[in-house]
Amino acid sequence: MKFGVVVFPGSNCDQDCFYIIKNILKQPVKYIWHKQTNLDGVDCVILPGGFSYGDYLRTGAIARFSPLMKQIYRFAQKGGFVIGICNGFQILLEAGLLPGAMLRNKNLHFICKYVYVKTETNKTPFTNLCGRNQILKIPIAHNEGNYYIDKDGLKTLEQNRQIVFRYCNRDGVVNKESNPNGALANIAGIINKNGNVLGMMPHPERSSEKILGSEDGFLIFKSIAKRGKNKR
Amino acid sequence: MAKPEVYKSLELNDEEYQKILDILKREPTPTELAMFSVEWSEHCGYTHSRNWLKLLPKKGKYKSLIGEDSGGIIVDDLAIIFKMESHNHPSQVEPKQGAATGVGGIIRDIFTAGAKPIASLNSLRFGPLTQAYNRYLLRGVVDGIQFYGNCVGVPTVGGEIYFDESYTGNCLVNVMCIGVAKKDKLARARATGYGNSIMYVGSNTGRDGIGGCSVLASREFKECEEKRPAVQMGDPFTEKCLIEATLEALATGYVVGIKDMGAAGITCSTSEMASAGNSGMEVDIAYVPRRESNMKPWEVMMSESQERMLVCVTKGKEKEIERIFSKWDLNAVVIGKVTDDGTVRIRDKGKIVAEIKARSLTQAPAYDMPHKKPDYLDRLNKLDINKIPEPKNYDETLLKLLGSPSICSKKWVYEQYDHMVQTNTIVLPGSDASVLRLKGTNKAIAATTDCNSRYCFLNPYRGAQIAVAEAARNLVCSGAQAAAVTDCLNFGNPERPDRFWQFKNCMEGVADACKFFNIPVVSGNVSFYNESPKGAIYPTPTIGMIGVINDIKRVCTQYFKKENETIILLGLSKEELGGSEYLKAIHGLVKGDAPQLDLRLEAAVQKTVQEAIKKGLVSSAHDCSEGGLAVALAECCVSNNGKIIGALINNLDFIGRKDTILFGESQSRIIISCSKKSAGKIKDIAKNFAAPFRIIGTTGGKNLKISSGRNILINLPIKRMFDKWTNSLQSSITA
Repeated sequence: MKFGVVVFPGSNCDQDCFYIIKNILKQPVKYIWHKQTNLDGVDCVILPGGFSYGDYLRTGAIARFSPLMKQIYRFAQKGGFVIGICNGFQILLEAGLLPGAMLRNKNLHFICKYVYVKTETNKTPFTNLCGRNQILKIPIAHNEGNYYIDKDGLKTLEQNRQIVFRYCNRDGVVNKESNPNGALANIAGIINKNGNVLGMMPHPERSSEKILGSEDGFLIFKSIAKRGKNKR
Repeated sequence: MAKPEVYKSLELNDEEYQKILDILKREPTPTELAMFSVEWSEHCGYTHSRNWLKLLPKKGKYKSLIGEDSGGIIVDDLAIIFKMESHNHPSQVEPKQGAATGVGGIIRDIFTAGAKPIASLNSLRFGPLTQAYNRYLLRGVVDGIQFYGNCVGVPTVGGEIYFDESYTGNCLVNVMCIGVAKKDKLARARATGYGNSIMYVGSNTGRDGIGGCSVLASREFKECEEKRPAVQMGDPFTEKCLIEATLEALATGYVVGIKDMGAAGITCSTSEMASAGNSGMEVDIAYVPRRESNMKPWEVMMSESQERMLVCVTKGKEKEIERIFSKWDLNAVVIGKVTDDGTVRIRDKGKIVAEIKARSLTQAPAYDMPHKKPDYLDRLNKLDINKIPEPKNYDETLLKLLGSPSICSKKWVYEQYDHMVQTNTIVLPGSDASVLRLKGTNKAIAATTDCNSRYCFLNPYRGAQIAVAEAARNLVCSGAQAAAVTDCLNFGNPERPDRFWQFKNCMEGVADACKFFNIPVVSGNVSFYNESPKGAIYPTPTIGMIGVINDIKRVCTQYFKKENETIILLGLSKEELGGSEYLKAIHGLVKGDAPQLDLRLEAAVQKTVQEAIKKGLVSSAHDCSEGGLAVALAECCVSNNGKIIGALINNLDFIGRKDTILFGESQSRIIISCSKKSAGKIKDIAKNFAAPFRIIGTTGGKNLKISSGRNILINLPIKRMFDKWTNSLQSSITA
């Protein structure tokens, strides 16, 4: 499985994702500069966290117009794996690769802390190694993670089992108290209908090593790598 | 002849003006006058402090790097570069931008040294939150730090916040940044090599921040609102690009020298780079990219627009450097070249507007200021404990202390900071020190900032020593060995003898304590004139300290881990209350002398803990500071992220009044917990170092219970303490 980590000016977590894939997952990985017009033959594109283009105007709003995004759009349409983390998720929403939008966190502050998410489905390329309903301890770090979608949209997401992660407490209870940012229906991550594009607010790359306090996020990278292997 | 009101408005006095005439042997041009005024300000030239800064030790266990914009130490093949700087006055005027540009400036100091910034810390002081403006300041400063720090991708991993009346009208915002580089890849802040090019890189120049260092930073603080235009605006996105581009440019090997344009902008960077390189420099400011039209030459020279740097580039390699910066959509323009006549020559469209020997700019006058012990001190130092009523209800007293804004959890603040980006933070904020792994090695570094300014107010010499001792103690509790210091020295008006006496004594205290511990001071910053109409701030020599952890598996945190473990107190609890948070928060008094400090005892306690952690014997280690033993024990119970482990403390040595033992702030005390098996081994280690050792209780249960004989003094549910400790700050802010 060849990974590509996209670098926008203002990307912050590009090097962290790169480090995990290269040093922990031990898979081939390269950076893809935002002005590039091809994807260098990678099998999975990672849109990392950060403040692409300073997140001026609106998070992810400028990044979607970058030359590379056209390629990523085509790549995704053809079934290529794309995972957007934090700012990457926001970009996927702006680019229309995933439905819905992000509002500012309910408390109007940036929030950086460990949270728990419940794996709502393990029938995706990104969660195939998670147990059913497995609770993952993964940190969040964002200003705009308050996911929103209209009623019909939410219904569609639920019917198609597109909600992959919901915020919960350490016992797996999904409720208002365990919702850090006010996201609709505690949504922390969703997948597209075709099942090849994942967006999630929590940072799996920050919880892929025991020394950092959790290895739960590593399941996501491992799942993708496994899926890649099976495909071959 | 310039009129006195002109040079005086630039904060130059008659003597200094005469000196300028002597140097130039003619009248200065307006641009030259402006250049002298900023370079000879306290902020750039250390005019009042320089003679005392010489006291600080420069050598320690690790090889130290001292002398340019930042300093550091060498650990194996890595250079750990760090520095702390103040941005007090800008933050008091415009808290968000003031704090944000403070963060931006210190980060630039680190990456212009060739180091990748890996963490920031900040030490903040405000007036009481009962006043609306102080709440506005706290909110604004935190907002500025998160706005800049989060976007720029450098984790904000720790620091401290204190509240005291003396900071009403003059808050303190001290920001520290740490970076890492391969030791042979460091960059220098100098211009050398005749004919090499001088390039301007980064953002455009505007009129913001003109006179920031001479006017805002070097004057007492009264009509702050009017000085708003002297505060700069920060753009963290540009800075993030600048970091990446700079590190890429440095990797080419074509960068001879590089310097941030911080305080005093182009003036400072040109003259200091030339002076440091023993060379001269000629630049034409017509080439400087601008964002405003019709800027006068002196305005261009004085502007403190952010996110700009000056780079000395090997002749013929300008295009390579330009290519890298333009890849990141940043300016990189040749504005001049290195000369060999020691002169900084500034032209505007070819016409000379300033021509000064670089050395004469950078060798600012140094003043020996008169100093005198303040009259009030002897009276304040007298404290009769018998006149202090003992608490009727110790539970309530402890809860009140846990809710005191200076003691309570700072979670509301640090959760707004991205403290995990770069995935090096292995001890998150909320323990005695933050710990960062050094990727690719088996080592880690610990970092902390410390200063109890109330102690420094009551006893500047000892208070400053305590700041050093406590910082080292915090590092030791995380498993590190203290290695080096950066200091940020915040004081009142140095022209007043009582204020200067505080400065002088604090300097001696820092110097003596650092020498004792064999810790060099590798970088720092002086901030005078921290006064409001009500008077000076408490003397605040903030100590930023770095420690080294040799084995990443031997990292320790402050909170209890398991039930049924032995709790040990190392050190002695004395019958003293002077300067304590207990006296202040419960009895409304700032009185007495600072706690006693025996540096040999301090070293014995620290060595014991260090050795015990190294041997893997310790489950938790926490130092006793504000609020004393009772607060420290409570913190051991409540700070493990909601996990509840209580404690039964039934073997304290009540040699004096009970409140002095529980809430007094005797120094050199560390609480550790360990398995029953390890306790004996730790006792042997303590004996070996002659550190006082006492088993005081056991972990477990859902309460913190402290008794004296049959008498139960404290019996509080952990949940109740946790709620009070966790929620107090937020409720004080939203009050």
